[in-house]
Amino acid sequence: MLFGRDAEQRYNRKSFLRMKVLRSGWLRWLVIVLALLLFAFLLFLVWAHRPPIAEITPPPRTAFAAAEIRRGENLARIGNCVSCHQSAHGRPFAGGYGVQSPFGTIYGTNITPDAQTGIGRWSLEAFTRSMREGVSRDGRHLYPAFPYTHYTLVSDADLRALYAYFMTRDPVRAEAPVNELPLPLKFRPFIAGWKLLFFEPDRFRRDPDQSAEWNRGAYLGEGLAHCSACHSPRNWLGAEQRSEAYNGGWSAGWYAPPLNETSPAVRAWTARRLQSYLRTGLSVHHAAAAGPMGPVTHNLARADEADVRALSSYYAWWMRDAPASNREPPLADRSETARRAHPAGAALFAGACATCHEPGATMMALGGRPALPLGSPLHERHPHDTIQIILNGLQPPVDEAGPFMPAYRDILTDRQVAQLVAYLRTRYGSGPEWPDLVEEVTEARENSAP
Amino acid sequence: MIELEVNGTSHRINVDPATPLLYVLRDDLDLHAAKFGCGLGQCGSCTVLVDDKPVFACITPIAALAGRMITTVEGLGTREAPGIVQQAFAEEQAAQCGYCIPGMMARAEALLRRTTSPSEAEMRAAMRPVLCRCGTHMRILRAVRRAAAMRGGGVTDAAEPVR
Repeated sequence: MLFGRDAEQRYNRKSFLRMKVLRSGWLRWLVIVLALLLFAFLLFLVWAHRPPIAEITPPPRTAFAAAEIRRGENLARIGNCVSCHQSAHGRPFAGGYGVQSPFGTIYGTNITPDAQTGIGRWSLEAFTRSMREGVSRDGRHLYPAFPYTHYTLVSDADLRALYAYFMTRDPVRAEAPVNELPLPLKFRPFIAGWKLLFFEPDRFRRDPDQSAEWNRGAYLGEGLAHCSACHSPRNWLGAEQRSEAYNGGWSAGWYAPPLNETSPAVRAWTARRLQSYLRTGLSVHHAAAAGPMGPVTHNLARADEADVRALSSYYAWWMRDAPASNREPPLADRSETARRAHPAGAALFAGACATCHEPGATMMALGGRPALPLGSPLHERHPHDTIQIILNGLQPPVDEAGPFMPAYRDILTDRQVAQLVAYLRTRYGSGPEWPDLVEEVTEARENSAP
Repeated sequence: MIELEVNGTSHRINVDPATPLLYVLRDDLDLHAAKFGCGLGQCGSCTVLVDDKPVFACITPIAALAGRMITTVEGLGTREAPGIVQQAFAEEQAAQCGYCIPGMMARAEALLRRTTSPSEAEMRAAMRPVLCRCGTHMRILRAVRRAAAMRGGGVTDAAEPVR
C-alpha cells in the first residue's frame, strides 16, 4: 500500500465530505450561477458584435474631385491626424506612433489607401462608421485613443472630404506595431462596455445665440480638432470628464494647461493672440508651442486661416473669465530670494540658461523671444512642462527658423534639473513650491528617452 | 574649487561655478579643439563628451560637472597616434575651414560609443545638431561611415559604401 492506513482513511473522509457538499446543493448552485454568467457573457458578445462592412476595390484618384481633396487636406490638418498616424521616422499617415495611456501603449494605424495594411479597401460607409462609432471596417471596436468621441460631431460633407483626402495619399505598406496592453484589455468587445458608459454618437448642434464664427470654432474645436482630448482631465477608465472640460489634462508626459477660467496664463489669451500662436507656434505675449502642441501649430499654420481664426475666437471665449483676462499682473522677478533659497539652481541658471533667457540677452533683444515668466509652465500646478522643456529642449514647431532650445538631458543630472526647476519656480513662477522634483525628473527622463 | 576630470586627468579649477565648460577648456586648460561658435547652444562647434554623451560646452556650467568624465577631441588621440574617428576624418578630408570639425568628431565619437552599427538615419540624426557652413556634409558623413567600419561595425544601410 502506497499511503499507509492513516492516509487512506483521511482520503476517504475527504471524499465523504465532498459528497455532502454535493447533496447540500452548493455545487449545484455554483453550476447554475456559472451558467447564468456564461449566458450573460454570450448575450454581451452578441450585443457588442458589429458586422464587417464589405471590402471595396481601392478607388482610383480620379474618383475624387480636386476641390474635395483640398477641403479634406485642410480638415486633416485641423484634426492633427498625422501626429498619431505617423511614427518618428515613418511616412505621413502610415501609422506607428505610440499613444501612451495609463493602460499601455496604443499605436496609430496606417490610414494610407494601401489595400493590405491601410484603408484602401474601406468604403466611405466604413470610414464614416469608424469616425462616428469607433468601429473598424472588419467590425472590431476601436480604442478611444482614437478620438471618435469627438469625431462623432463631424458633418457628412466633412467626412466625405476627409475620405477623399486619405484615399488619394500615396499608399504605404506598413503594419502598425501590436498594441502593448494587458491581456483583458486586448479583448475588444470590452470597448463596447466602455462606449456604453462614456460614449454617445452625436452631431454638432449650433448655438443660435452665438456668432457664426463662434459656432464654426466650436464645431471644429469640439469635433475634429479634439482639443479637450488633451486639455481636459480623464477618469480612471480614461474617459474625458465632461463636467471638468478644459480643466487641464495630459499628453505624452506633458501637462496640457487649462483652457478655461482656470488658465494659468499671466497674459490674456485674446482671439488675436491665440491666432498668432496657432499660426506661427509662438505668442510673443506667452511662449512657444512645446511638446505635443508643436505639431498642432505646425498643422494649423498650414490650415485655412478663417478656420484657425474661428478656433481662436472659440477658445478665447472659453478663457474669457481667466484671471489674466481681467487683469494682467506685473511680472515677478524674485532673483535675490531665489538665489538665496536655491544657490545651486542659481549657479546652473547663470551658466546654462542666462545667455539666452536673462533679461537683455541677445536672444531676447534680437530674437524677439518672450521673457521666461510669460510662459505658462512656471505658473502651472504641475512641474512637468518645465521639466520636459529643460530635459528635451524645444524643436522649431512650425518651420526651421522658429524658436529652438537645446536639450539638457545629457548636460544636467536629475538632481541638477530639479535644483534649476526649483530656482525658476521661486524666481519667476506663481504658486507653491513643487514637491518631489528629483523623482519627477527621473520619471520624465525615463518616459521620454529618445 | 571644482574638480574636473578631462581626458583622464583630474584638474582643480578655481573659477565661478557658473562658468561654461568651454571657457575653462580653452582658457584654463589650453585645450583648443572645442570652438566658440554661437555661444547659445545652437551651432554645435563646442561639442565635447560628458560621460560618453555629446554636450554643448558653451552652455554647460562647470557646476554641473563634478565627478563626471569629460572628453575633448584632444582625448581621442594625438597627431602621432590619431584615434579612429580622427583618422577617418583625415582620410576622408572631411574638413574645409575646419571650425565645426571638433564638434562633428565629438558627435561621431559619442554615436560610435553607443553603437558601431547605426542605421544611416540614426547617424544623420546624431550628426544633425552640429552645423557646417562650408558644405562638407557629404565628406563628414563618409568619415563617420568609415569610422564605424574601422571600429568593427558599419552603417547598416549606408547610402554610400566605404572605399
